[in-house]
Amino acid sequence: MENIAWMAWTLPTAIFFVLLAMTLAVMTLLAIYYPEAERVGVLRIPTTRGDRLFLSLIMTAAIHLLWIGLVGTDTIATLPIGEEGFEISSLWLATVISLVSAVVIFRNV
Amino acid sequence: MDKTINQKAWFLVLPVFLVVAFSAVLPLMTVVNYSMQDTFGNNQFFWNGVGWFKELLDPTTDLGGRFLASLWRNLFFSAVILAIEVPLGIVVALSMPRQGFSVAVCLVILALPLLIPWNVVGTIWQIFGRPDIGLMGYVLNSLGLNYNYVSNDLDAWATVIVMDVWHWTSLVALLCYAGLKSIPDAYYQAAQIDGASRWAVFKAIQLPKMNRVLLIAVLLRFMDSFMIYTEPFVVTGGGPGNSTTFVSIELVKIALGQFDLGKAAALSLVYNLIIIIVCWIFYTVMTNAGVQRRVVVDKKGVK
Repeated sequence: MENIAWMAWTLPTAIFFVLLAMTLAVMTLLAIYYPEAERVGVLRIPTTRGDRLFLSLIMTAAIHLLWIGLVGTDTIATLPIGEEGFEISSLWLATVISLVSAVVIFRNV
Repeated sequence: MDKTINQKAWFLVLPVFLVVAFSAVLPLMTVVNYSMQDTFGNNQFFWNGVGWFKELLDPTTDLGGRFLASLWRNLFFSAVILAIEVPLGIVVALSMPRQGFSVAVCLVILALPLLIPWNVVGTIWQIFGRPDIGLMGYVLNSLGLNYNYVSNDLDAWATVIVMDVWHWTSLVALLCYAGLKSIPDAYYQAAQIDGASRWAVFKAIQLPKMNRVLLIAVLLRFMDSFMIYTEPFVVTGGGPGNSTTFVSIELVKIALGQFDLGKAAALSLVYNLIIIIVCWIFYTVMTNAGVQRRVVVDKKGVK
């Protein structure tokens, strides 16, 4: 662990990167077993599954940043876990919106 | 026809994969880790969640104010140099000779500024513009203009913009010239038969044929001016005050000057996101502009 101390790993960022790596792995496997086909969606540009994943990820980043900038990260609920409770930031709503937008992008773009 | 499929060649990509992993992916992951934490050095980090991003996107805080101000400044700078360099580059390319000995002379002269390293360009203009010993600064002041890029915002901006135009218009001109050279003579002969004016030839033949190279030129110039660091840093050091502090100068100040790794990491991630989005838009427009034209041609062919 000494050797990677400079990378300053934390549990949340580690979970984030593991999820990202798993997404990429799943998409790669899908591409191998069900080869990608281009199609033209609402943007009038040919996109493959990989393009739509890229767009979803970029949209996710933009939605979260806009949410932080415009709405903020106030607590919307406290789960009764532990002594002080587990606070849920309103940023999770941005995550929900991102997931919905990803579904929309995968179906329509 | 049977074709042998051998995926083992992918193993040849392994060295590149490793190099990229160590030189790009791991540092980028580290930046993401830093952007969520605060540190006082010595590899000790404290969790800060999205605190830096909150500060960065809030114009009332010091960090947010500086970031947004430098971002607008940088976008304005990019817009100005694009508005000057692209038309100027087209004019230069149009007025270049098309054959003979002078072509080589023109190409060499145009290529010269492109070969000079950024910090040398900065040093040249830093000295060139000085009111006491610099040729341009001295002449302007002798003519009665109170020109001083160290103390006057407008002069500093003018110097940085003229410097960038001097440095990079050649690139636009050379790209446009390459585009012009690829137009077959038949088009011009047809235009001559039709009695087309010079302007009509430009609008109907030359500009559409330069479409692709112009998009490349705009993309290159936008990205380069959006990431500009060395030249304004050498000439004005971001001054006077903060008037020519662009995003990358602000970033270096925060990361290396103040050693606020968390703030700098958050800033660079947002900066990176903007660049990725702009690149994607340009790339998509560029690749699809040609495709659509081909589709149109096909339809005409069918008729």
